[in-house]
Amino acid sequence: MEPREFQFVFAGFVVAWLIVMIYALTLGLRERRLRKELDRVRKMVEKR
Amino acid sequence: MREKIMYLLAAAGIGLVTWTLYKVWFVLPKEANVAAYQILYFHVPAAFTAFTGFFTALVLSGLYLGTGNLRYDALAAGVVEVALAFASINLITGMIWARYAWGIWWTWDARLTSMLTCWLIYAGYLILRRAIDEPTQRARLSAFLAILGCVDVGFVYKSIEWFRTQHPSPVLSIRSGGGMGPGMETPIYWNWLAMLCLGTVLVMVRMRQEEISREIDSLRRLAHAY
Repeated sequence: MEPREFQFVFAGFVVAWLIVMIYALTLGLRERRLRKELDRVRKMVEKR
Repeated sequence: MREKIMYLLAAAGIGLVTWTLYKVWFVLPKEANVAAYQILYFHVPAAFTAFTGFFTALVLSGLYLGTGNLRYDALAAGVVEVALAFASINLITGMIWARYAWGIWWTWDARLTSMLTCWLIYAGYLILRRAIDEPTQRARLSAFLAILGCVDVGFVYKSIEWFRTQHPSPVLSIRSGGGMGPGMETPIYWNWLAMLCLGTVLVMVRMRQEEISREIDSLRRLAHAY
């Protein structure tokens, strides 16, 4: 494959998987935040 | 059990993508070893995956409107979020393909414009959900928007038949295109299956978060009841 062709293919692959990775990472961070919040609320209920 | 299914689907998705890449790079004839084809192997399955998601959201929104069960609404929201990620892949890889094939990143033809409109409608769907606090009103308006969005999905699909566009006419044999050589179409469907597996995993993760949110809400209500 010529270098020019490879540049476009590489850019396409990177963009495709980067979007999936970024979305998966966002989901992971959201889940961590939710679990922390769940623990906090559980402790709050137990105290009462 | 659910965790096992998630890992199994993720492994199947990654395995299928690896196998497809092997086929595309080492097995297919030399004609397929150009950027125009190789980008297509991600661009088209991403669109199919996004459309599958949008159609699923349409069905789930219809089920919500019919039954009033908020679980369908939550599932529809999760599916739209994941489908939008795949629609973004489709749009951006399409732009890279356009730069390679046409020398421009974008043109306002019927296919590209309707796909961008579709992306904006579903992005609007997610923004709308953040803007409304009342669950029933949020679910009802979101369901209507999901149904409207699916009308545009149909338009995107048919636009290359209805209009003379810069975007290529149908090339897949299922649409009577026949523009690709024998055996060169198959990796598109395998990649679609791979993306569906990965998309399902992402929706399952999203649903698990929805359950945690519900648990937080019910605990908060319990705390306020004391």
